[in-house]
Amino acid sequence: MAPLLQVENLTIRFPRAEPVRNLSFEAGEGETLAIVGESGSGKSLTALALMRLLPRGAQIASGRIAFDGRDLIKLDARGMRHLRGRDIGMIFQEPMNSLNPVMTIGRQIGEVLRVHERLTGRAARARAIELLELVRIPAAEKRVDDYPHQLSGGMRQRVMIAMAVACKPKLLIADEPTTALDVTIQAQVLDLLDTLRCELRMAVVLITHDLGVVAQWADKVVVMYAGRKVEEALPGDLFDNPLHPYTRGLLAASPRLKNDFHYRDGALSEIPGSIVSAGGETGCPFRPRCAEARASCGHHMPPLTVPAPERLVACPFTVPVEAMPHAAAFSL
Amino acid sequence: MPLLSVSDLKTHYKSRDGLLRAVDGVDLVVERGETVALVGESGCGKSTLGKTVLRLVDPTDGRIVFKGEDITMLDQRRLRTVRKSVQMIFQDPFASLNPRHAIGEILEAPLVVHKAGDRAERRRRVADIVAKVGLPADSVSRYPHEFSGGQRQRIGIARALLLNPELIVCDEPVSALDLSIQAQILNLLVAMKKEFGLSYLFISHDLSVVRYFADRVMVMYLGRIVESADNATLWSDPRHPYTRAMMAAVPDPSRRRHAAPLGGDLPSPSHIPPGCRFHTRCPLATNLCRTQEPEFRPVAPGHHVACHFADEPTE
Repeated sequence: MAPLLQVENLTIRFPRAEPVRNLSFEAGEGETLAIVGESGSGKSLTALALMRLLPRGAQIASGRIAFDGRDLIKLDARGMRHLRGRDIGMIFQEPMNSLNPVMTIGRQIGEVLRVHERLTGRAARARAIELLELVRIPAAEKRVDDYPHQLSGGMRQRVMIAMAVACKPKLLIADEPTTALDVTIQAQVLDLLDTLRCELRMAVVLITHDLGVVAQWADKVVVMYAGRKVEEALPGDLFDNPLHPYTRGLLAASPRLKNDFHYRDGALSEIPGSIVSAGGETGCPFRPRCAEARASCGHHMPPLTVPAPERLVACPFTVPVEAMPHAAAFSL
Repeated sequence: MPLLSVSDLKTHYKSRDGLLRAVDGVDLVVERGETVALVGESGCGKSTLGKTVLRLVDPTDGRIVFKGEDITMLDQRRLRTVRKSVQMIFQDPFASLNPRHAIGEILEAPLVVHKAGDRAERRRRVADIVAKVGLPADSVSRYPHEFSGGQRQRIGIARALLLNPELIVCDEPVSALDLSIQAQILNLLVAMKKEFGLSYLFISHDLSVVRYFADRVMVMYLGRIVESADNATLWSDPRHPYTRAMMAAVPDPSRRRHAAPLGGDLPSPSHIPPGCRFHTRCPLATNLCRTQEPEFRPVAPGHHVACHFADEPTE
């Protein structure tokens, strides 16, 4: 059986740029796929493309987004409206931007229920309270009449989650869902999302810049750089033995709570430059910042190869998995 | 004599909800050459504390002593001299850079204000510092929007360094930066500290960054310091339940899918709970905690904790 979501060779184009190029990934029922990347990697545009909500000027230039047996790219606006909020739920980084400030949260949840489930009045309200309880908002019966500004950041994100899962979607897209939250609240929200994933058998596409979040909560990880997938792996493999020079650089550059490494012991390892220097239409986008770069890296984008089962990497000069000392410098 | 010493500092605001106690009785010392990290979650008062120390916000009560001089009540004119020695680096440097001014003008401004040298001398100092923070020499004729986030933070650091300060208050200086850039800026801050013999008051919510960057750590919760220790001790022997919970909440690649260590939300600083201010979220709370505020007391030399149960063995 085909996985629930299958993205193949997705390319997103602006008039003068291609922020996402030839991107493929899949997510199965009950599975969390993490897409990790820094700003400018194209990860958020990818999320918007899945919902067919790209900003003006951007378009899907080529590729296929197969969801539950349908190609979303071929669907008309009406068909998409029918899916959004019902079969595909979405949550964003800053819930305050997606919540209506002059409407109680109960009515906002009720709106989803009215559109997709034809629930109104008392039934919608009762269901809204149920959903608030599901996302563990204390005193849900009272909170249902609150306005967004009366809630904390963590509570607002819970309300967004309640709206996103109101119709038991098959797929939940979470774009940096905890980036604006404190670490203790982040843990609560990720815990909640994972419980819901289990209970509702949802596929989750988790978009984040946080490698720690990825390691802890993802079943599979796609690493993006400048619009391309540069590596894909199971989280354990990725952290024990990163293959792409970019992934390696990122892991080496991260200060870690568990590491006994202090500034008095030495400098953090750096990736030189920044993503703006990712220039060049041809060749590997990481080349200008890469310590391993050679002349041939400028000629064409290295194809994704399969160095080990369930792994993909887009770098021909990476050390083969067997040859790497086990969990070498990146012990976590 | 410590470089900076703050005692029983309070910064209260009047708000619609009543008195908002952002900073509510903090003692703090920064020794020369030391990096003291102030760590806590949003709303704990750490940024207000940083601004109060700089007298960008007026304290309600308490004392701020810098190099032996009490600056708590100093007027703005006399504060100017102090501000040469105490500078600040912000989270979002773009917000603090005038978009219509070239970097050269922006960097020269503090030198003009403090009447440092003639024009040629000022230009030379600007060029020097631009090179030191790793910006290309032609940056001086370019405008803020032409720079990436990491480069803008380099500009912010250059501006803070221009007047040869002794103490820099860094308010989340790397939080807005991508991971690959974060390491560059942290390394730069360490290099500058060595070169100029700086001391830092480093405000951050990111425990992993603090773990690397600090000599001493103070954990803040709802306007008060709840634990303070040297860096190594805090991570190996955290005593306050809040410190432990925060550490456990940091995603850990070696542990898959585990439950959140702490429930609930930070209470409002206008309604600080009675007794121990952490008791509403604390897994260890007893009746004692609900009624009596724990004293901030030593549990070992240099290690202070405000918890009735700080001597209980770690689980």
